[in-house]
Amino acid sequence: MVLPSLLIIVIIAFFPILYGIVLSLTDSTIAGFGSFVGFENYTEMFQNPDFREGFYNTVIFTVVSVAMEFIIGLGIALAINRAFRGRGLVRAAVLVPWAFPTVIAAVMWRLMFQSQVGIIQYLAGAMGIISDPILSNRSLLLIASILVDVWKTTPFVALLLLAGLQVIPGEVYEAARVDGANVMQRFFRITLPLLKGAILVAVLFRTLDSYRVYDLFWVMSNRELASLSTFVYEGVRISQLQFGEGNAASVFIFVTAFLIALFFIRVLGMRTSAEEE
Amino acid sequence: MASATTTGGTTGRRTLGTVLFYVFLVTFVLVSVFPLLWIFKMSIVTKSELFASPPTILPQTTSTAEYAQIFSDSAFQQALVNSTIISTVTTVICLFFGSLTAYAIARMRFRFKSPVMTLILSISFFPAVAIIAPLFIQFSQVGLINTYASVIITDTVFALPLTIWLLVAFFRELPVDLEDAAKVDGATTIQAFRKVIVPLAAPGVFTTAILTFIHAWNEFLFANTFLLDQSTQPVTVVIPNFATVYTVDYGAQAAAAVVVTVPLVIMVLIFQRRIVSGLTAGAVKG
Repeated sequence: MVLPSLLIIVIIAFFPILYGIVLSLTDSTIAGFGSFVGFENYTEMFQNPDFREGFYNTVIFTVVSVAMEFIIGLGIALAINRAFRGRGLVRAAVLVPWAFPTVIAAVMWRLMFQSQVGIIQYLAGAMGIISDPILSNRSLLLIASILVDVWKTTPFVALLLLAGLQVIPGEVYEAARVDGANVMQRFFRITLPLLKGAILVAVLFRTLDSYRVYDLFWVMSNRELASLSTFVYEGVRISQLQFGEGNAASVFIFVTAFLIALFFIRVLGMRTSAEEE
Repeated sequence: MASATTTGGTTGRRTLGTVLFYVFLVTFVLVSVFPLLWIFKMSIVTKSELFASPPTILPQTTSTAEYAQIFSDSAFQQALVNSTIISTVTTVICLFFGSLTAYAIARMRFRFKSPVMTLILSISFFPAVAIIAPLFIQFSQVGLINTYASVIITDTVFALPLTIWLLVAFFRELPVDLEDAAKVDGATTIQAFRKVIVPLAAPGVFTTAILTFIHAWNEFLFANTFLLDQSTQPVTVVIPNFATVYTVDYGAQAAAAVVVTVPLVIMVLIFQRRIVSGLTAGAVKG
């Protein structure tokens, strides 16, 4: 009964990875299989300024957006972890950004950042913060993309952390309070340690998701802003000349993403569901 | 209760705390829904109001011209049809394979169960962009480029871990006794699954279906890679291209964005309780 799912996953996801590794070591093109060239594609890729720009953008985007999503998400989770009126409304509002297709969210925000009709550009100009068109400046585009990502996924992080908070028994806090622990002590000695599992799951999910950022950059910047994934896409789908480098970059993304996951599981001690069996 | 709850204090402090709490909630809800409301406003006003500076807060004029325009656009109509077909078929296939697998994992004992589960879940951490080149070559060889099948296959693979994960969580909550009773009465494992588990698990399966559908509806990378022709492209690929087609027609872009998200928002509002329980099913145990 498990076999069909397993087969389709292996054929469509794992076999292509092996094939991709082989392609990255050859001078193949989209049209035909080439001969073995060793690590030439990788050396060229690391020397390519476009690759380096994509890499830096991806790292900045991942670190900043995940950090913001975690801090704001934790704050929201702590605040709404109680019974209050209008809880359903809040929960529904939380889910609205999450349910949006990323590209459509990007289209909407692009319209709001737009220089002729965009409300954000207007407000930023009126308050004298930014007078340049936001959408034609790459640094501002990166900041704007981070904000859109934070808007879209913080609610999801908050929901995961809230679920983790709700399984911490109230008696633990009562006991700590009786022992004279103050708010900060309770937060750092009880809430954070007991929430560790949920935090690691949420942060790992978000890190790997941000690390492969593609659609948000693609649409927000109208193909201007580079990430690792857009570099791969340009290489293997648009520019015929960079097929080898594109494949090398796709192997690079796979390996580094794997290392990130390994770091969370081995070094930070994240428990995977499989180990519960 | 969370550590955030106020400890004792006077009634005045408590009232202030409550007020601050609701101010915080209102801000949070407004920030979450603001873009949709604002884009909706952009889509219903006339062109002159859209370009007015300073912009109006509440719509002063109304016009359905933008909606009329996008709904008469055959590319947009086709994209809506394509998205519906791709997402529906993906959901059905995922539920079929997913429920078989999830049932086996939740109920049966077999060797390598733990590595199998790890392998399946590792897909959700998998950078999809890493396989688009090999898949493009393979799909070209078997003539799958520009077909619904190409994205249905890839969407299925990447939605399956979610489907299986959710269904395992739901199946585990069902009482084992009922199946045992069915088996004592002579039912096979498959019969026990079909006649006992499936009806009982219907709410969980339904939740899983919603989440799988949203996953497929929102997919962009594979569609943008394998579907080069508008006849099969879903809305996620077609709408961003509107920025090129309707270069300065921001109203039409806004209207298209509203049309695509409103069904999702309605679905979320109706099923929010279920969706939240589904989304957090795995995280708590993790």
